[in-house]
Amino acid sequence: MSQDWQFVALFLILSPIFPAAPVILNHLLGPKKPNPIKQQTYECGIETVGSSWVQFKVQYYVYALVFVIFDVEAVFLFPIAAAYGQLTLFGVFAAALFIFLLADGLAYAWGRGALEWI
Amino acid sequence: MSFNLNEFLKSLVSLTVSDYLRQLWGDQLWVGLVLDILGVVIISTFCLLIVIFLIWLERKVIARIQQRIGPNRVGGRYGLLQTVADVIKLLIKEDITPMGADRVAYWLAPFLIVMAALIVWAIMPFAPGVIGVDLNIGVFFFLAISSVSVVSLLLAGWGSNNKYALLGAFRSVAQLVSYEVPMILALLVPILLARSMSTVSIVAAQTVPFLLVVPLAALIFFISSLAETGRTPFDLLEAESEIVAGFHVEYGGMKFGMFFLAEFVNTLFMSGFFATVFLGGYRFFGLENLVIGDGWAVGNLIGLVVFFVKMFAVYFVYIWIRGTLPRVRVDQILNYNWKFLVPVSLVLVMVTAVLDKFIPESFSAYARAGAHLTANVLIALVTIEILRAYARRQRRLTGGDSGLAVTAAEDHAHQETAVHHEPAAAH
Repeated sequence: MSQDWQFVALFLILSPIFPAAPVILNHLLGPKKPNPIKQQTYECGIETVGSSWVQFKVQYYVYALVFVIFDVEAVFLFPIAAAYGQLTLFGVFAAALFIFLLADGLAYAWGRGALEWI
Repeated sequence: MSFNLNEFLKSLVSLTVSDYLRQLWGDQLWVGLVLDILGVVIISTFCLLIVIFLIWLERKVIARIQQRIGPNRVGGRYGLLQTVADVIKLLIKEDITPMGADRVAYWLAPFLIVMAALIVWAIMPFAPGVIGVDLNIGVFFFLAISSVSVVSLLLAGWGSNNKYALLGAFRSVAQLVSYEVPMILALLVPILLARSMSTVSIVAAQTVPFLLVVPLAALIFFISSLAETGRTPFDLLEAESEIVAGFHVEYGGMKFGMFFLAEFVNTLFMSGFFATVFLGGYRFFGLENLVIGDGWAVGNLIGLVVFFVKMFAVYFVYIWIRGTLPRVRVDQILNYNWKFLVPVSLVLVMVTAVLDKFIPESFSAYARAGAHLTANVLIALVTIEILRAYARRQRRLTGGDSGLAVTAAEDHAHQETAVHHEPAAAH
C-alpha cells in the first residue's frame, strides 16, 4: 500500500524537472534584449485601457457554486460504486435516492434560473 | 540469486524487467526507489517525446481533411522533422515576462499544467503488468489530478495582466469545471460494473468491452473529455478568432511550448483512458496472456501493441472531430452540459445501479451486457424523443423558428408541407 504511494510521491517530486529543463534551456539560449515596448501587454497594438484585473460576470460564480455542490456530492458516489458488489438491494435504493436528491438539486438550480446565461 | 541471461531476456520480452531486477537485487528500500525513479523517467520521457509525433500527426491529418498537404519540407517527403524544427525555434526565442505580470502566478502556471499532465500517466495500464502503479483508487486519482489543470489555467490568465488572457481563464473555469460533472458521473458506470476503481481491475472486468455494454456512458465520457482537454468544438478558452489565444496569449518561447505540450499529453491520456475504460485496454481475445515455450510471455508485448492501436484509434477520432466541427458559443456549451449531459448521466447511473442488482448472479457476462445494452438504448431513445418533443414545442411557440440551425428556406418549406414534418437539423 505505502509502496504504491511511494511511486506517486516520487513522481510528484521528479515531475517539475521535465517542464523545467526546456524552460531553463530556453532561458539560456534565447537572446536577452528587453525594452518597454516589447514587454507591454498584447492588445491589438493599442495600449490597454485601465487595469487588466477587471470585474467578471457573476454568472461564472454561479456555475462554480453549482459545480462545487455537484462535485462534493459525486465524491460520495465513488465508494458506493466501488463497493457495489457488497451492497444489498436496500443499499442500492438508498444510493438511487441519493442520486435522485442530486437531480433534485439540479432541478432547483435550473428552476431558479441559475443555469441561464444572461 | 545470480544473473541469468535467459531469465533476463524472458523478463525483457514480457516487459517485466523491474520485477526481475527486484528479485535479483533483493527487496530493499533503495532497490524500490531506483526502480520507481526509472519508471517515472521512462513514463515522462515517453510522454514528452511522443508529443513531437502527435503534433506532426495532427497537422498532417487536419491538412488532409481540409484538402491540403500539410508539412512536407523539413525531414523528407512527409515533413517528419517539422516539429523538431519548431521545438528548436521555440528554444531560441527570447524569454519575456510582460510588464505588470504577477510573476509567481505567471511562472508557476506552465510548470503546474505539465506536472498534472504527466502525473496522471502513473495509473495508465500499458500492458499486463506494465503500469506505473496500480492504485486501488486509480480512476479517482485521475479525476483529482486532472482538476489541477483548471487551477493552472486560472493562474496563467490572472498572472498575465492581459484582458484576453483573463477572459480565456474565466471561460476555462466555467467550462472545465462544468464538464467535470458528467465526466465523473459517466465514469461511475464502468466502476460500478467492474466493482473497483483500479484501472487494472476495470480492464480485467471487460469480458465484453464496456463500449458495447454501456455505449451511452462512453459517449458522455467522450464528449466531456473533449471539453476537458479544451479541444474543438469546445476550444473557446483559447478561441483564436475571439480572444487571440486566451489564457496563454502572453506566453512565448518554451513557456508557451509547455501549455501546448500539456494539451497534447492530456489529449493522448484521454484517448488512452477511454481505450482502457471502455475499449478493454490491452485485452485482445485472450492473446494478451499468450505464453510461448517455457515462460516466454510474448502476450504482454501483444497487449502493448493492442493498447497503442486502440489509443491511437481514439486519438484519431479527436483529430477528426477537430477537423470537422466549428466552435460553439459559451452559453450553448454550458446549456448543453447542465441541461442535457448532466441529467442524462444522472439517469444513466441510477438505471445502471438498480438494473445491475436485479440481474441474477447466474447470468453470463454476455447476458449481463445485453441487459445493460438494452437499457442504454432505451434511455437514448427516450432522450431523443424528449428532445424531439421539446424542439416541436419551441417551434410552435416561436412560429416555426426553433432557434436551431434551420435555414429560412427549410423553414418555409416546413410550414408549407406539414406540421409533423421534422427538418433534419432540428434533432
